[in-house]
Amino acid sequence: MTGSPLGAAVEQDGAMTVATASGLTTSEIVYRVNDLEVRYGGEPAVTDLTLDIAPREITAIIGPSGSGKSTFLRCLNRMNDLVSGAEVVGRVEYHGHDLYAPEVDAVEVRRRIGMVFQQPNPFPKSIYDNVAFGPRLRERRPAGLADRVEAALTRAALWDEVKDKLKSNALSLSGGQQQRLCIARALAVEPDVILMDEPASALDPIATARIEDLMAELKRDYTIVIVTHNMQQAARVSDRTAFLTTDVSPGGGRVGRLVEFDSTDVIFTAPSDARTEGYITGRYG
Amino acid sequence: MISGTSRRERAAEVAAHAVVALAALVGVAALVALLGTVLQDGLGRLSLDFLRDPPSRLPGRAGFATAILGTLWLMGIVIVAALPVGIGAAIYLEEFAATGRLTTLIETNIANLAGVPSIVYGILGLAFFVRGLGLGFSVLAGGLTMSLLVLPVVVIASREAIRAVPPTIRNAALALGATRWQAVRGQILPAALPGILTGCILAVSRAIGETAPLLLVGAVAFVRFPPDGLGSRYTAMPVQIFSWIGRPQAGFRSLAAAGIIVLLAILLLMNAAAVVVRNRYERRRWS
Repeated sequence: MTGSPLGAAVEQDGAMTVATASGLTTSEIVYRVNDLEVRYGGEPAVTDLTLDIAPREITAIIGPSGSGKSTFLRCLNRMNDLVSGAEVVGRVEYHGHDLYAPEVDAVEVRRRIGMVFQQPNPFPKSIYDNVAFGPRLRERRPAGLADRVEAALTRAALWDEVKDKLKSNALSLSGGQQQRLCIARALAVEPDVILMDEPASALDPIATARIEDLMAELKRDYTIVIVTHNMQQAARVSDRTAFLTTDVSPGGGRVGRLVEFDSTDVIFTAPSDARTEGYITGRYG
Repeated sequence: MISGTSRRERAAEVAAHAVVALAALVGVAALVALLGTVLQDGLGRLSLDFLRDPPSRLPGRAGFATAILGTLWLMGIVIVAALPVGIGAAIYLEEFAATGRLTTLIETNIANLAGVPSIVYGILGLAFFVRGLGLGFSVLAGGLTMSLLVLPVVVIASREAIRAVPPTIRNAALALGATRWQAVRGQILPAALPGILTGCILAVSRAIGETAPLLLVGAVAFVRFPPDGLGSRYTAMPVQIFSWIGRPQAGFRSLAAAGIIVLLAILLLMNAAAVVVRNRYERRRWS
């Protein structure tokens, strides 16, 4: 499901074809983040974030702990709304729509933007019910539910492993399978963006490789934003990379800040900022 | 030679061991003594007729039936009145309430209510249900008073069960576009249910054992017939036992002991059920 996610107005916005730094037109850009700051209890956690996220690409967010990578990611589907004391300043546009406009329903936003978490978090229910949970939120008996479950599991490269045990508990799967199940669960609501918060950090190398292969497969149809601690992973899978670091805020606390955002090749071979180079060569972070 | 501990240290060790073991034994001994006396006094009086007969002025013909049925009525009212309200309050406090002064006020109140002596609930029930609402000395007034008594227990146990559901489950549901209520109904409540159930069984079993508030809201010892409606007069097991113990005749003493055996058996059964529910679902934990 791509096209006009938050309403028909997108088509009109699409008429404006303003060229941007990344060579994309405004109509194509999935997210346009402008001067974003997130505060927890008044203290800024990440500040001064401006970047565009292109469709059907993998955008990696890298940086040391505390640089606000996950905080930023959770702004993209309004999961930060659930953290008490969190406050978002600045602008996040999703297909040209202000994601934080008062009339936008955060629940509706999350139905269009899938999320996969660091720790595989299947529901303690059957494999089938896990994938069916999203579609069932909208209608009690969605048409063709079994087909949708199969399609989602197939896309997540899990169908062959679970097709004979759809009724067994999802917690009986291995960690890597559980994570692919969580991806299938997110795909079943037919999002156009998938946000991944260190999706492989709890997995072994083989399971990690499978997730990475899957991401490469999924980016043909989905826009993916991934937060990762693993720089090799960012280099392997992503098209663009944003490097965040921690700074000392005016109030004396630590605050995350965007240092550099460019194509992954440039970030890893010819970064323009010395801090980026220091981080990717392992001198700090 | 390695000889660190002195003779004095070793003596202290032995003495401490003995003292704490003795402390542990006191509880066991008390229970054994209690059960022993009760069984000795009451076992002979226990029979099917005892469970079936209404009370009587003659100890030889008196039975426990109206008391058992009265207690069942009270339990039914508590289940219908206290459990939905208690679980609902727990869901509100855990999942919906914003942290603020109102929430803190409610929380403090519930915590305090759990510590209020049960006789105070009896006074409240007398003033509010019996007189205020004009329910009279009915089984409904008694059941509602008991519901108030166990409400804080239900709320606290349910909140703990809900809190034990990992936040990752909640996040997963919400990230899929579930509303708060969809996340609660679809994932959080089912996951918390065994814990909630355990708490509810223990709460109801507490209601069964309480005597003091019932004495104030009209449970009387001598009721010939079990309740036939919410407005009926009633008695309950602990009240019946209490009144039998107060009689001078020796026959009533063994009646009371037999009643205690029945009451204890039901309470132990319910507590065992709570343990079974908890253990059964504990193995099925998420990683």
